[in-house]
Amino acid sequence: MSESRNVSIRVPVLARVEGEGALDLVIEQGDIKELRLRIFEPPRFFEKFLEGRHYAEVPDFVARICGICPVAYQVTAAQALETLFEIDIGPWARAMRRVFYCGEWIQSHSLHIHLLAAPDFFGCGNAIELAQIAPEEVRRGLRLQALGNELMELFGARSVHPVGVRVGGFHAAPPPERIHAMREKLAAALPEAEALVRWTAGIALPPDAQEFVSVALRHPVDYAIEHGEIAASDGLLIEAAAYPEHFVEHHEPHSTALFSSYQGRPYLVGPLARLNLNRDRLPDDVQALLAETGFALPSGNVFQSMLARAVEILLALREALRLLADYHAPASPWVDATPRAGVAVGGTEAPRGLLWHRYEIDTDGLVRNARIVPPTAQNQARIEADLRLSLLNFGLDHADDALRLHCEKVIRNYDPCISCATHFLRLNVSR
Amino acid sequence: MSANASVRPRVAVHKFSSCDGCQLAFLNLGEDLLTLASRVDLVHFAEAGPLDADAEVDVAFVEGSVSTPEDLERIQRIRARSRVLVAIGACAVSGGIQGLRNGADSASWVARIYDHPEAIASLEHSTPIATHVAVDFELWGCPVTGTQVLGVVNALLLGVSPRDNADKVCTECKRQGYPCVLVARGIPCMGPVTRAGCGALCPGLGRDCYGCFGPAESANTDALSAQFARLGLDTQAIARRFQSINSQAPMFRQAADKARAAGNE
Ligand code: SF4
Ligand code: SF4
Repeated sequence: MSESRNVSIRVPVLARVEGEGALDLVIEQGDIKELRLRIFEPPRFFEKFLEGRHYAEVPDFVARICGICPVAYQVTAAQALETLFEIDIGPWARAMRRVFYCGEWIQSHSLHIHLLAAPDFFGCGNAIELAQIAPEEVRRGLRLQALGNELMELFGARSVHPVGVRVGGFHAAPPPERIHAMREKLAAALPEAEALVRWTAGIALPPDAQEFVSVALRHPVDYAIEHGEIAASDGLLIEAAAYPEHFVEHHEPHSTALFSSYQGRPYLVGPLARLNLNRDRLPDDVQALLAETGFALPSGNVFQSMLARAVEILLALREALRLLADYHAPASPWVDATPRAGVAVGGTEAPRGLLWHRYEIDTDGLVRNARIVPPTAQNQARIEADLRLSLLNFGLDHADDALRLHCEKVIRNYDPCISCATHFLRLNVSR
Repeated sequence: MSANASVRPRVAVHKFSSCDGCQLAFLNLGEDLLTLASRVDLVHFAEAGPLDADAEVDVAFVEGSVSTPEDLERIQRIRARSRVLVAIGACAVSGGIQGLRNGADSASWVARIYDHPEAIASLEHSTPIATHVAVDFELWGCPVTGTQVLGVVNALLLGVSPRDNADKVCTECKRQGYPCVLVARGIPCMGPVTRAGCGALCPGLGRDCYGCFGPAESANTDALSAQFARLGLDTQAIARRFQSINSQAPMFRQAADKARAAGNE
C-alpha cells in the first residue's frame, strides 16, 4: 500500500451510538485532509420551549432530552432550582438522589460496555454476536444493566423518564421492604462488578497516550456524582456558576451540536476524566483493585474509558449499598418550594460527563430563559482531535475497513450521546 | 446469523427525531433481548449494531417524529419496504415534546442561535409518522414499555392483530387500588383524559399524571378543564397541562386552545 494513496471513507450512519452521527474521512497523499464526526440529529429546541413553563414542570421536560440519562437531567435541574429557592431537601432526599443517580450510572455504563463498545474489541458487529463467544460476560452485563434500571424504578417507578423527582425532593419514598430486597441484590452484584472490572482490564487495547485537559466535578469527600465543584486537570477549581467564564461554545456547520472549548482547546469529560481527577476519592479497596489490574491513572489512553466505566459501576453499587444501609422512610419525602426570581445554576456528572444547567426564573416561578450544556457537546471537539491523533498513531496505510473500524472504535469510546448533544443551545457567548 | 434466519420474521427499528428512549424498550429487555434476537431477525437497529436501513422487512418499528427534509423522504422508503409499520412512542404518534415548537417560529430560533443557520436542516413542524405514511399500529407512551413492544412482536409472530388498551389512566388507578389524587388531594391530574398503558405510575407515587401516554378514547377534556379551574388553575396553567408531551394530539391541542381562548375573553 503506497503512502500517497487517496482514501475517502464516509460512514453515513454510525452504528452503536446513541443518536444520529456520521463520519467523514478523506486522506490525500498520505495526509488527513478531512476528518469529521458529523452530527445531524435534528435539534429539538428544548431550551426554547422551556420558556414560559412553570419551574415544577422542568424535571419532567428535561428528562426527554435523553432516554439513557434522564436522571442526570432531572436531578441537575431540580438541584439548580432548589439552590435558587434556598431549599434544604434534607439528608434523606440528598442521599436518595445519589442512590437514584447511581442506578443510572450502572444502567448506562453497562449498556455502553456490553451493547455498544465491547463488540469492537472482539471482532463482533453487535452484542448478539458477542454473546456467542462470551455468553457469560454478556449475560452478566445485561443483568447489571437490569439492576441499574431496577434501582431507578425504586425511586422513579420506571427507568426511562422516571416520574419520582420533584423540586424539593421526591414525590414518594420507597417502603423499607423494597429497600431491603434491593440491598440483597446490590450485595449479590458486587462480585459480578469486580469480575467485570477484571474482564474489561484484560481486553487488549490499542496503546495510546494523548495530552488533554480532563474536566469533572470534584467533591471534598465523595467521588463526585451529583455534587462537587468544577475541576480541571490543570488545577482549575470553580463553582458551577462560574462555568461560562471559563468554557466557551461555538457552532461548526457540519454539526447540529455546539463545540465547547476551554482556554481555546478541546477537553475531555466523562468516566476517564472523572477517574483522572478523582481516583483519590475511590474507596481504598477499589483503588487496590485498579492497582492490581494495572490501570494506571491519570491515563491519556481514552480506550481505557470502557474500563473506567466498569470501575464506576463497581463504585456506584458500593455507594448505593452504603447509602441504603440503615434506611428509614422519612416523615415527608419532599419539602415545599416557594419560587424566587433569579438565576438557577447547577452541574452534575451525567454518565457521559459534566452536565450544566442554567435557568432564569421570574417571580411567578416561570422559566424566562434556559441554557443546558450536555457532555457530548463538550466532548465533540476532543473526539475529533482524538480521531486525528489516534489515526496517525494507528497508521494511515491500513486498509479502508480497518481505518473505518478504528475511527468507529475511537468514537464509541466516548459513548457520544447525540440526542443530548443537539437539543437546542442558546449562544449567549460574547465575542 | 443462525441457519433458520430466513424463516424468522425480519424486524427493523428506525429512529427519527427522538430521545432514543423508546428503543430502550428493546435494549432494556435484559436477557430477553437475546431470546428476542433468536426469534426474529433484527436486520436494522442502528443503536444495537445491525445496519441495513433499506432492507425489506416484515415489521418496522419507528421511533421519533418527522422534523427534517431528509426525514420526509426516508419515511417513504421505510414504508415501501415494510409489510407492517408500527409507530412507537409519543414522538412517532403525536410529534412528541418537540411538537411544542409547532406554534412558534422555529426558523427564527435557528437563525438567532446557530452561527451557520443554513447548515441546520429543520422543518417548521415536528409531525407524527402517520401524517406522512400509512401506519398499521400505534403504540402510545413516552416512553413505550417493553410489554407494549413485546406484545406487538408476539401478536405478529402468532399472526394475530395486536391489541391496545385505549381506556383511561383512571381505570388503572382503580384496578391498582390507588387513592384518586385529583379528588382526594386536589392535585390537577391528567389521568381522566390520558390513555392507559403505564399502570398509573404517577398516581401510584401520589402525584399527578401529566399525560405522557396521550389522549384516551372519548375523554371529556371540557369537564377536566372545568375541574382544574375549580382547583384554582388559571387559563394559562390549564393550557400548559394539555401542552406538554403530546401537545399536537388533536384532543389535547383543542383543549389547550379552548383554555387560552377563554383566558382572552
Ligand atoms: S416518545 Fe418519549 S421516550 Fe419515546 S423517543 Fe420520544 S421523547 Fe423519547
Ligand atoms: S401516569 Fe400519566 S404521566 Fe405518569 S407515566 Fe402514566 S401516562 Fe405517563
